[in-house]
Amino acid sequence: MVTLVVNGKSHRLDVEPDTPLLYVLRDNLGLHGPKFGCGLAQCGSCTVLMDGKAVRSCTFAVSKVGQGKIVTLEGLGTPAKPHPIQQAFIDEQAAQCGYCVNGMIMQTAAFLGARRNPSERDIRQALADNLCRCGTHQRIIAAVKRAAVLMGKGA
Amino acid sequence: MATLVTTRREFLVGTGALVVSFSLTPGALAQTAGKKKPVAPTEVDTFLAIARDGTVTMYTGKVDIGTGIRAALPQMVAEELDVRLDRVKMVEGDTALTPDQGPTWGSLSIQIAGVQIRQAAATARKALIELAVQKLGMPSADLAVREGVVFVRAEPHRRVAYGDLIGDQDFNLKVDPAAPLKNPKDYTIVSQPVPRPDIPGKVTGTHTYMHDFRVPGMLHARVVRPPAIGATLERVDEASVRRIKGVKVVRQNDFLAVVAESEWAAVKAARALKATWSKWEGLPEPAKLWEHVRNTPVAKDDVAANVGNAKTAMAGAAKTLKATYDFAIHTHGSMGPACAVADVRDGKAEIWSPSQAPHWLKREVAVTLQMDPANVHIQYLDGAGCYGRNGHEDCTADAALISKLIGKPVRVQWSREDEHGWDPKGPPTLLELRAGLDAAGSVVAWESELWVPKADLTEWPRTLAATHARIPQKEAINPGNIHRNLDVSYPFPNQHSVAHRLASTPFRPSWIRTPGRMQNSYANEAFLDECAAAVGADPVEYRLRHLTDPRGIAVLRAAAMRANWQPRPAPNRDQSGPIAKGRGVAYVKYENTRTYVAGVAEVEVNKQTGAIRCTRFVVAHDCGLIINPDGVRAQVEGNIIQTVSRTLKEEVKWNRSRVTSVDWASYPILRFPEVPEVVIELINRLNEPPWGVGEPAACLPPPAISNAVFDAIGVRLRSVPYTPAKVKAALGAKA
Repeated sequence: MVTLVVNGKSHRLDVEPDTPLLYVLRDNLGLHGPKFGCGLAQCGSCTVLMDGKAVRSCTFAVSKVGQGKIVTLEGLGTPAKPHPIQQAFIDEQAAQCGYCVNGMIMQTAAFLGARRNPSERDIRQALADNLCRCGTHQRIIAAVKRAAVLMGKGA
Repeated sequence: MATLVTTRREFLVGTGALVVSFSLTPGALAQTAGKKKPVAPTEVDTFLAIARDGTVTMYTGKVDIGTGIRAALPQMVAEELDVRLDRVKMVEGDTALTPDQGPTWGSLSIQIAGVQIRQAAATARKALIELAVQKLGMPSADLAVREGVVFVRAEPHRRVAYGDLIGDQDFNLKVDPAAPLKNPKDYTIVSQPVPRPDIPGKVTGTHTYMHDFRVPGMLHARVVRPPAIGATLERVDEASVRRIKGVKVVRQNDFLAVVAESEWAAVKAARALKATWSKWEGLPEPAKLWEHVRNTPVAKDDVAANVGNAKTAMAGAAKTLKATYDFAIHTHGSMGPACAVADVRDGKAEIWSPSQAPHWLKREVAVTLQMDPANVHIQYLDGAGCYGRNGHEDCTADAALISKLIGKPVRVQWSREDEHGWDPKGPPTLLELRAGLDAAGSVVAWESELWVPKADLTEWPRTLAATHARIPQKEAINPGNIHRNLDVSYPFPNQHSVAHRLASTPFRPSWIRTPGRMQNSYANEAFLDECAAAVGADPVEYRLRHLTDPRGIAVLRAAAMRANWQPRPAPNRDQSGPIAKGRGVAYVKYENTRTYVAGVAEVEVNKQTGAIRCTRFVVAHDCGLIINPDGVRAQVEGNIIQTVSRTLKEEVKWNRSRVTSVDWASYPILRFPEVPEVVIELINRLNEPPWGVGEPAACLPPPAISNAVFDAIGVRLRSVPYTPAKVKAALGAKA
């Protein structure tokens, strides 16, 4: 049995200890924010926050989570009450197929959690290991800039 | 669909069926309850239903693969019917409910499907006005419509809503090709930027992707691929997975899969399963690819252009040039691997798939299942963007076959290695060009030859499942209409262009965004730049000199102006310093029948490392009538950024047995720090037909960047991708 704290709720789960966190979130907890992209920690689609840091959940065994507090895309906000980062992505229409967008938002959440007033170069660097195939990068950069402003004002 | 209604929670949580039934209006339900909803494109009821509450449901066989038609098609309907945009719901890609409007390909969703639906809406509006004439007792000239309510102009309180005129009833009308369309000057919804309805769900994890979809009693399966493309399965050691809980091995001939209750168990079992396969080394040596292409037998020649007498004109030209261009094999590289769910029982197949082509896939799945297509029902759910035929269709056939073999619903999700290794590929493309210039430097003769695989255009690529299970299917290859744009977008007086369609190609081919049009435009527009440089002409001026089409001239001028293009010949005289800067232009009329695009690439070339960085890309774009300007911009940005990636970085790697570039490390794509700024100038032509935008601008980066690199360092790149090694080799050869 594994105990996991996800989006503020505690869960006791009967899963194999080597199961990657991603499969537990998706298959056992029914969360759809984190996506399977590569299973190799190469693309970022599966990113979640663990204690505020971005983690590639596709290669992170559930047994290693320990006391870590997990936040997924669903834990940030909802369509009715989106997180400022989610709102910024809506405002900038920063998704095409949207498959990578979970990773973009979660990576941004970790990044903006530690950094105020980033430059465009900082943003590009922060997202360097998150891949997008549709070519939505320009809007994603704009959304992160907008989110930084929204969060600066909101804080 | 109705057979799957259930109260089980896990079904309700992630079900696309639920999504579909939410989007069905009472009107549509009434139709399905009474008689079968028509799907023939001749009927208004095929495309539209109006509920009593005024909600409009529109049905399309096209699907939103991330391109934004979920916003744009409803815009066209709302405009033509005069209803509020938020009253239009779209049902897409359900083979039982929607018309077959062809696959979602070729930048045709708006141009073909949208125009069809718009005409159905115009027919419906005319019929609704006629009903209102009877109801209100006034001639139609005295009536007007606002937000789905018909009213008497002079006495606006005399009114009747669409829902009260037709609510929940069929129109029973043929689409009238003569039904008058709204005058574009009266548009209030079309040509306005509209946000996409799916983005709030996608950024909050509440949108149901294919990968999120579950049905009750469903098992997880993974296919075990051979270590070589043509290998056959000799032996399976089922004991090798016995320690993994609840795993079952499924096999039909060379088709091998594992099934388990938990997804992770299926993944582990697929990795652990020991199988013995035959040896196979049927791929050409990678270093000899182009030799292989040249030596492949030609199935037929397609003449793409034959104007004047190119041979005679070439012989009489003051100056002649020739060059060879090649373009590597590419993979689609979807961010999420393919995924599908199938429930094949009792001679019926219920399928959920992210395919770009549910209606066509129905036939392919039927072949794989050896079943009547009438018994196959496919519903579309969003996958990761596909950019053509990627692994979605094969994965769907995998799920269908496994479900048939075990008699239970099955979900298959491909691995990254499956997607990179086994999706059908954009074929290797080789071109040779020759030009003859007159004494003034203008083109008087143009000859081109293209070597690409043949296309059995009415046939799909064979599914992997049917191939490995040895289920009879037609031998066919289909890489799409890849001879298009081999003919140039200029009225040169003497032209001869021929596509040698090869009988075979190393990898199972299919179409990837802008298939052929990208490769042919690359060679044409880079070679035309060689002609301009040969006579010391400014590249923009040289193109304008040959152009007569006013819309072509307009986009080229717009791109040059936006890029602040100062006339001078290439290369740039100042190539000093370790980083050399350059600019390059390209212009294309898509398929020489529609959307006009022109672009200017700005690059920096590191002369030490050979690395190219595209820093800025300016595009001018004329697709006729623009439906959703923000959607067009998104598509143009995607076209440019994705194609800069393909141009600078991408090539499939292989050995004699298999693809070896099976992840993002071995098949790198453009990353955030490398992405250019994309600057877009849209030209909206209200009174012209709306043309496609999903592909045309992708013609621009390969030639514009080659031309910009020539401008920067004086060497010509004629082999995509433009890797640092190729740049250094070209610089070495020049020195």
